[in-house]
Amino acid sequence: MAKLSVSHLLGIKHLNLEDINLIFNTADHFKEVINRPIKKVPSLRDITIANLFFENSTRTKLSFELAEKRLSADIINFSAAQSSVKKGESLIDTANNILSMKVDIIVMRHPNEGAGDFLAKHIDAKIVNAGDGAHEHPTQALLDSFSIREKLGDVKGKKVVIVGDIKHSRVALSNIYALKLQGAEVKLCGPTTLIPKFITTLGVSYEKDLRKALEWCDVANVLRVQHERMDVKYFPSIREYTQLFGINKELLDSIDKDIVIMHPGPINRGVELTSDVADSKQSIILNQVENGVAIRMAVIYLLAQQIKRD
Amino acid sequence: MAKKTLLNEKEIYIILNRLACQLIENHQDFSNTILIGIQPRGVYLADRLVQVLTEEYQVKDIKLGKLDITFYRDDFRRREDPLSASSTDINFIVDNKNVVFIDDVLFSGRSIRAALTAIQAFGRPKNIELLVLIDRRFSRHLPIQPDYKGRQVDVIKDEQVKVEWKENEPRDKVCIVSPDV
Repeated sequence: MAKLSVSHLLGIKHLNLEDINLIFNTADHFKEVINRPIKKVPSLRDITIANLFFENSTRTKLSFELAEKRLSADIINFSAAQSSVKKGESLIDTANNILSMKVDIIVMRHPNEGAGDFLAKHIDAKIVNAGDGAHEHPTQALLDSFSIREKLGDVKGKKVVIVGDIKHSRVALSNIYALKLQGAEVKLCGPTTLIPKFITTLGVSYEKDLRKALEWCDVANVLRVQHERMDVKYFPSIREYTQLFGINKELLDSIDKDIVIMHPGPINRGVELTSDVADSKQSIILNQVENGVAIRMAVIYLLAQQIKRD
Repeated sequence: MAKKTLLNEKEIYIILNRLACQLIENHQDFSNTILIGIQPRGVYLADRLVQVLTEEYQVKDIKLGKLDITFYRDDFRRREDPLSASSTDINFIVDNKNVVFIDDVLFSGRSIRAALTAIQAFGRPKNIELLVLIDRRFSRHLPIQPDYKGRQVDVIKDEQVKVEWKENEPRDKVCIVSPDV
């Protein structure tokens, strides 16, 4: 069996196609495991994992925590809000202090881009990036592709449109890397102010008309408008955004095919998606959440396999 | 690399029939019995036994499952080459059933130890038995012995017992592979 070509999961950019296939095949087995009466395997019982969340998170944190518990690892949790970071401790100091407690793997979310890369260079533990600023969110992109593969059979050759706030989205960038690597076609759609200037150099196209984008695609991955990352106004009003880039039932029904609707969560219902679309049969949003646990189990399992005990 | 044949096609056929008869003796109509092939190599033997039981002894409705033990192994991260998982396929309740584990070669007993842990995720069997085609004597690391065995062999540690099935080799065969001296 192949090994991962990387020793940390910092971003999709560093992975190759074999890595992605290996993660998916491993996740298939874990998906079977988490649907058993007893949803736990003892593989990682001698591994300790620290979840460092320097930024708020519900879904990702719970998903990682559950994945780690399903693999029988020991876990310590850390949230910046209740920690010494508030007292002025640096990132390396925080991580080193935690490492002194003999931690093998660090799962980290951080508001600054490249925080994971920085940590990987300076400390001796496996790093899993759970989102760094507007840079990458690799496990989200993996679970998105895994969900497309599950629903449509393959990612290769599929047409995926990513709708919304591309500029502030780490999910968008990781998804672009992952989808391109697997041979999918990617189009972006959203207000021009929220589309980074040179993004098309990554081999993706841009469409400002949502209807045209939806008519073209097989899958629509809809993103949330990240108000908390906006220092200036990028569009006149939420009402206008919804009218131009919100997906509702009438719009979907007027298109002559069944598009798969995805959303990384949390959904702003009535803004980017109406409730009837989010809860419709075309939506695989809850499958994404289930697959998230299997994908994170696979990533942690494969990285833990590289840890040697003398 | 020297290769010595231990069992040929005909001998394997006779052994499979004997094992099938022994299973019938203890499990009668198999209504309360579940056969579990241990992935990856025990599955071939399990399939073949079910074939013999249905075709030659007219036993009907045998419940056959596959169990992958990769995530339960105790040598995870102690091996050079990473382990690759296979599928698990157990679509019935094992609670209060007689379970028979089926594997091709019993060596250290560690795979069976892992299987004993793994099966607990599917319920609490009434009892568990072990059937193997080849029992390598004097090589056990754990106190595990087979209830049904095809052939017992004594081989030195460097030698490898290889079971070949006609599903993916020219013919059924069991051989001992020894490294060049």
